[in-house]
Amino acid sequence: MKSEEFQIMIRPTTGWFDLHLKEVFHYKDLILLLVKRNFISQYKQTVLGPAWAIIQPLFTTVVFTFIFGNVAGLARCGEVPPFLFYMSGNIAWGYFAGSLTGTANTFIGNSSIMGKVYFPRLVMPISTVLTQFISFFIQFFLFFIIYIIYLFIPEYHMEISPAILLFPVLILQMAMLGLGFGVIVSALTTKYRDLAMLVTFGMQLWMYLTPVAYSLSLFNGSILQKIILINPMTSVIETFRYVLLGTEAGSLNWLYFGFSWLSTIVVLLIGIILFSKVEKTFMDTI
Amino acid sequence: MMNDQIMIDINHVSKQYRLGAIGGTTLKEELQSRMARIRGRDDPNLKIDQKGLIKNEKFWALNDINFQVKKGEAVGIIGHNGAGKSTLLKLLSRVTAPTEGTIGLNGRIAAMLEVGTGFHPELTGRENIYMNGAILGMTKMEIDKKLEDIIEFSEVRQFIDTPVKRYSSGMYVKLAFSVAAHLDAEIMIMDEVLAVGDMKFQQKCLGKMGDEADNAGKTILYVSHNMSTIRQLCARCIVLKKGKIIFDGDVEKAIRLYLDFDTEEFKTKYDLLKTIRPSTYHGSLFKVTKFEFVGKQEAIYFSNEPLIYQINWEAYANLKNLQIYFSIKDLDDGQSVGMTQSEIFADVNTGEKGVAIFTFNISNLVEGRYFFEIDIFSQNEFGNFTSYDHPSQAIIFQVIDEKGLKIINWQKKYWGKIRLNKMQCLSIDKICD
Repeated sequence: MKSEEFQIMIRPTTGWFDLHLKEVFHYKDLILLLVKRNFISQYKQTVLGPAWAIIQPLFTTVVFTFIFGNVAGLARCGEVPPFLFYMSGNIAWGYFAGSLTGTANTFIGNSSIMGKVYFPRLVMPISTVLTQFISFFIQFFLFFIIYIIYLFIPEYHMEISPAILLFPVLILQMAMLGLGFGVIVSALTTKYRDLAMLVTFGMQLWMYLTPVAYSLSLFNGSILQKIILINPMTSVIETFRYVLLGTEAGSLNWLYFGFSWLSTIVVLLIGIILFSKVEKTFMDTI
Repeated sequence: MMNDQIMIDINHVSKQYRLGAIGGTTLKEELQSRMARIRGRDDPNLKIDQKGLIKNEKFWALNDINFQVKKGEAVGIIGHNGAGKSTLLKLLSRVTAPTEGTIGLNGRIAAMLEVGTGFHPELTGRENIYMNGAILGMTKMEIDKKLEDIIEFSEVRQFIDTPVKRYSSGMYVKLAFSVAAHLDAEIMIMDEVLAVGDMKFQQKCLGKMGDEADNAGKTILYVSHNMSTIRQLCARCIVLKKGKIIFDGDVEKAIRLYLDFDTEEFKTKYDLLKTIRPSTYHGSLFKVTKFEFVGKQEAIYFSNEPLIYQINWEAYANLKNLQIYFSIKDLDDGQSVGMTQSEIFADVNTGEKGVAIFTFNISNLVEGRYFFEIDIFSQNEFGNFTSYDHPSQAIIFQVIDEKGLKIINWQKKYWGKIRLNKMQCLSIDKICD
């Protein structure tokens, strides 16, 4: 019998673009179950349960508003309430950072189950990102309520831009970017554990290179602004604020937006290729 | 229902592992090695031994394995620890990839390499069925259809909505096996999964698996150290030794080969000087060089006959309180029957040699063939046990019932392999009203 006649061929190595994405789709039920499992087990035996998803960004926002907004005066948002300015930045960054750090741990955190049974490994990081989305959704709901409250306070003024149609695109981009960087890190940590250490504090540094705690307009014209703009997350956060709060809080620059998307796609592609290279034999090195 | 369709085709498969510091390479070493390879020089990080040869730190867990399995076959895989059984199953279940060669599979694989793989302790039994099924590649709809069967087979219906962290290990296995057994996979791979369940459930599972192979045409690969389950389930058996297939075929022959028996049966003399020991420590202070059944042409005994044997020994250290023990095992299934140990028989000094003769009573052993490996040990005053020598050589003997014994066909399956001492009637009184 010739080898082509078999449904599954197991070979020592695969080509660079042999990605089996179709197979991942076949396991969609597993993805949903994993999301459910992640979400349930995250809050099991906690008193407040999913309320933790709200508490964390809420307190961070309060602290940011006080320290960076009131004390340091880094929020240049005109009539937009600083609280909403910081909250929007925080939940968006939280979603991205959560997706990245969550997926970065894919191989090491799940080695016990991956060592025993086969399923497309990409299922794990995808479900992590979707779990993060649930938290993001809860947080956004809270943001929405606070937004409505502010509508009744006359001294504040926010406007939703027609570019709100971009909103789902932004969420997708954050997920893709978080997933892309996350799987790159997870693929490399199977050999070099140092990266796991780097991720934790690297994410903090990265946040300060992203206009989360300050307005981008603070740096108008300086070199620092250029550096910040290279960061693909800058465009995401700026656009995110622009579509929800208006021109005073954020901005939409199609050039940077396009560039940011391009880098997102490149990162994700590199990530998936690296990931599928590693997934076949990582059990031998971990 | 067996036909000629080939379900598994293993073609020149090898798997190599790096010994020692696995995954311990630093980025620097990696770059150095790569640079050297590009420039065509020797890798600066290769270990070199005294003779100047490049020391091979690689280890072939599997070495050029070839076999095919047809539809509906149930194949057993046996071999000692480290023979490569688990590696082979890992390759088949796609946990890791082979270093060389290809594996062709015709159909979905359900691998059960360990009990309750993918069970999450916080989730209930029912939720875990879905979880486990999905991990094995089933869709939610497929599981819905089979849910009732799975729960029924698992015998844990009462606890199906309880988190599995409250389950006993037995319940765990039952549930896990049920899920795997009901999966619509054409190929099932099992690694010692049944070792934990109770006897009754084991039999039920073996029955189910046999049924799946015969009637549903499923292909089964079964790894076990339990020879009786291999016998029960498999019609063909592969013996692995040090990463190679040394036998592929008849189950009985495979089992004999696995248990390492010499072809001359019931021989009375064994030369143990060069026999392998479990460690380098064994045989370094005290060594048994020969073993002999005394006064026999063949090692066949009536059960009322005393078994007498002699060992030749050499001592390389001063040792006190030496004793000998061995566990007697059934030749047919490799299972332990009982253990016997001697009194303290010697204190020895460096350089001494000698012989020792022992006897023991085998009247409790029922008719059958047995084997054992001897072990020389001592125990200090705190009860600590030190083993000095343990030649890994199965020594075989046969027991025949003494003539005139009333029970002719001893039924091992129900009665065991030991005949306990006879009961004595202390008194009998007839009561009349």
